[in-house]
Amino acid sequence: MQEMINIMKNRAIELMNDGTVARVIGWSRGEFVYDMIPTVFNSVEDVEKSFAYSDFCGSNLSKYLIEQGSKEGKTLVFLKPCDTYSFNQLLTEHRIDREKVYVVGIECQGKLNYELLKKAGVKRLVSADVEGDTVTVTDAKGTYTLPAVDVLAERCVNCKSRKHVVYDELIGQSGEVLDSHRFDMVAELEALSPTERFEFWQEQLSKCIRCNACRKVCPACTCEKCVFDNDASGIATKANSDSFEEKMYHIIRAFHVVGRCTDCGECSRVCPENIPLHLLNRKFIKDINELYGEYQAGEEAGSRNPLVSYTTDDCEPDVVYERGGNE
Amino acid sequence: MSVFKKIAIADLDKLFAKTSEKMSIYVPTDNKDGDAVYTEWKDGVKLSDAVNTLRSAKDFFFPQTENLAGFKLVGKTIEMYRTAEEKEDFVLFGVRACDVKSFAILDSVFLADPVDTFYAARREHGIVVALACNDANDTCFCKTFGIDPAEPGADVSAWKNADEMFFKANTDKGAAWLASVSDVLEDAENGEGVVADVKQSINEMMSTLPLSGLTTESFDGKNLLEAFNSPEWKDLSSTCLGCGTCTFYCPTCQCYDIREFDTGNGVKRFRCWDSCMYSDFTKMAAENPRHTQLERFRQRFMHKLVYYPMNNNGVYGCVGCGRCLAKCPISMNIVKVMKTVGKEKA
Repeated sequence: MQEMINIMKNRAIELMNDGTVARVIGWSRGEFVYDMIPTVFNSVEDVEKSFAYSDFCGSNLSKYLIEQGSKEGKTLVFLKPCDTYSFNQLLTEHRIDREKVYVVGIECQGKLNYELLKKAGVKRLVSADVEGDTVTVTDAKGTYTLPAVDVLAERCVNCKSRKHVVYDELIGQSGEVLDSHRFDMVAELEALSPTERFEFWQEQLSKCIRCNACRKVCPACTCEKCVFDNDASGIATKANSDSFEEKMYHIIRAFHVVGRCTDCGECSRVCPENIPLHLLNRKFIKDINELYGEYQAGEEAGSRNPLVSYTTDDCEPDVVYERGGNE
Repeated sequence: MSVFKKIAIADLDKLFAKTSEKMSIYVPTDNKDGDAVYTEWKDGVKLSDAVNTLRSAKDFFFPQTENLAGFKLVGKTIEMYRTAEEKEDFVLFGVRACDVKSFAILDSVFLADPVDTFYAARREHGIVVALACNDANDTCFCKTFGIDPAEPGADVSAWKNADEMFFKANTDKGAAWLASVSDVLEDAENGEGVVADVKQSINEMMSTLPLSGLTTESFDGKNLLEAFNSPEWKDLSSTCLGCGTCTFYCPTCQCYDIREFDTGNGVKRFRCWDSCMYSDFTKMAAENPRHTQLERFRQRFMHKLVYYPMNNNGVYGCVGCGRCLAKCPISMNIVKVMKTVGKEKA
C-alpha cells in the first residue's frame, strides 16, 4: 500500500509541476486511520503535506468534478474502477468537460467498511489492508487477519467490475468485468409476497431521517434544484412526516436515476441508518437487463440508456401483468 | 439508609416492567443492524451494551416533526385549534452524560422567554435516568467540554458494574420514580463504595481515549473575527456534501423550520428539523444569505464553538458525543475544525 501511495503522490506532484493539471482531487487523513477525507489539493505543498490513500478510501470522487472541473485549468482525479463508470455517465450527461479532467485510474481490491470492522470487534484500529480474500488488521489486540467478505463494503463483496472504463493513465492493474452476485438479494426480494416485500421496505425506509446524504453523494443526482428542495414543486419536504413521505422520497429518487445509475453504491455507503438503498437501484437495473437487454450505465460514454432509446423490440407496458402486477 | 438503590443486572426487566405499569419507559436496545436505538420497553426488549445510541436522545423532547396548530374553515371564519395533546409522564432510560448535557443546551434555547410550550411540556413529563459510561468509543470527547461520564446527572444517575446497577436520585421527579419502583429495588448499603470504584475505572478508561487531549483553546470566545475569517474554512469545507447528517445526529442542533400543509380540508401548521448545511436554510425574502457551502459549513461550527458560548457564559454548543465523527460521509467533523481553525500560526 505504501508503494501505491508514493506513486500516486509523486504523479500528482509531477503533473502539477509540469503544468498538466491545476489541482488534484484525492484524499487526506482525518482524525482516525479509517477517516479518509475527499480533498481538493490546490498546490504541490498541500499534496506533499497531506495527500493520503488507504483501503478506507471508499468515496467516489467523480461528482466533485462538476464543481472543480468548471474551474480554470485541468483537474486530476483518482478513480477506482467503479468510479470510472460514474465519470463516464457524467460525461454522457454533459456535466463534465472531458478535456478539463486528467483521470488517473487506481487499482482496487475492495474498500473497507469501518462499521463492519467495529462490529467484528476491532478496537483502536492502527491499520487495515486488503490482500485478496483477507484483511490484515492491527489494533489494540495485535495483528491478525479477518475474511475480507466480512468487513468489505457490500458493493465490494459484490463488485461488478475491476475494469477502468476510462482513464488517462493507470496506477496498478485494471481488471475485468466480474460475474458478481449483486442481483441475488434483489431476486430474494422479488421472491417474497407483495406483503412481505412491502414490510421489508417499510421497515428499512422508516429508519430514514431525511439527511439527504444519499442524494447529495449520488453522481446521478446533479439537478441544480432538487424537487424536494423546491417550494414551487408542491412536494418539497424537509422531513418525513408519515410513512408515505418516507417512501416517496426514495422511490422518486430511484425512478429519477433509472438507466443512469451505475450502481456505484455511494447511497448505501453514506446512509447513516444503514438502509440498503442500492437494492432499489439494482431492482431497476435488473429489470432493464431482463426487459431491454443487458445495459450497464457508464460503461461507454455517450451511450443511450434503453429508456431514452426507442426500439420496436421494446417490451410493451402490459409486461407488468405478466410479471404479476394487478390488472 | 443509603442514598443508593440497586438491582441485579439480570433483574432489570423487573424494573422496566414495574415502570411500564404506570408509564412508558424507553430503553436503548440493539436493532437488526446492531445499532442501539431507543425503543419503548415491552417484554423482550433488552438494554443495549452499546456505548451510545445511534440517534441522540433529543428526539424525545424535540422530535423531528410535530404539529403546532390546525386551521379550518367554519362558515366564513377561520378557526384555529390546538393539535398538540397533553403529554403523559415517561421515563427515558440509559441516557449518557453527553446527551444529558445536551438537554441543558436545548433548554437554554427552548425554555428561554418566550418559552416553547411544546418542548416544555415534554421536558416536564420526561424523567431522565442517566447511565455512567463503563466504556467509550474512539470518537468520544465529552471531557473536552467538562462533561464527566462518571457523574451523568439527570433526574436519576445510574452506575453499573458486572452484576448490579446502582441508582441515585438527583431531583424530586427522580426520587418519585425511584419510590414508585422501590418494590423491585434494594437498598444498597455498599453503594457508596461500589460507585466510587466504578467512577475510578471510568476515569482511568477516559484518560486513554484518542481524543482525551483535545482542547478548546483556539475558541476562547475572544477571537470571533479571527475565527470567522480563517482561511482554513475553504479547504475544510471544499468537499462537504451539504447533507444534514451532522445536524440531524447532533444532540444539540436545534434549528427548525415552520411550514403549513394543506390537508385538503384544512391546514396544519407543523415544524420540522432544519439544517444549516442545506441550501434552503434560513431562506429569507430573497434567498439564503449563505450562498456557498463554505459559509454554511462555517456557520455550523461558529455556532457551536463561538456564538453559542459567547451568549451562554462560555458553555460550548457541543457535548462531544462523537456521532458526527462516526457518521459524516466525508469524515469531516468538529474535531478536525478545532484542530485546524485558529492553529494556522502554530
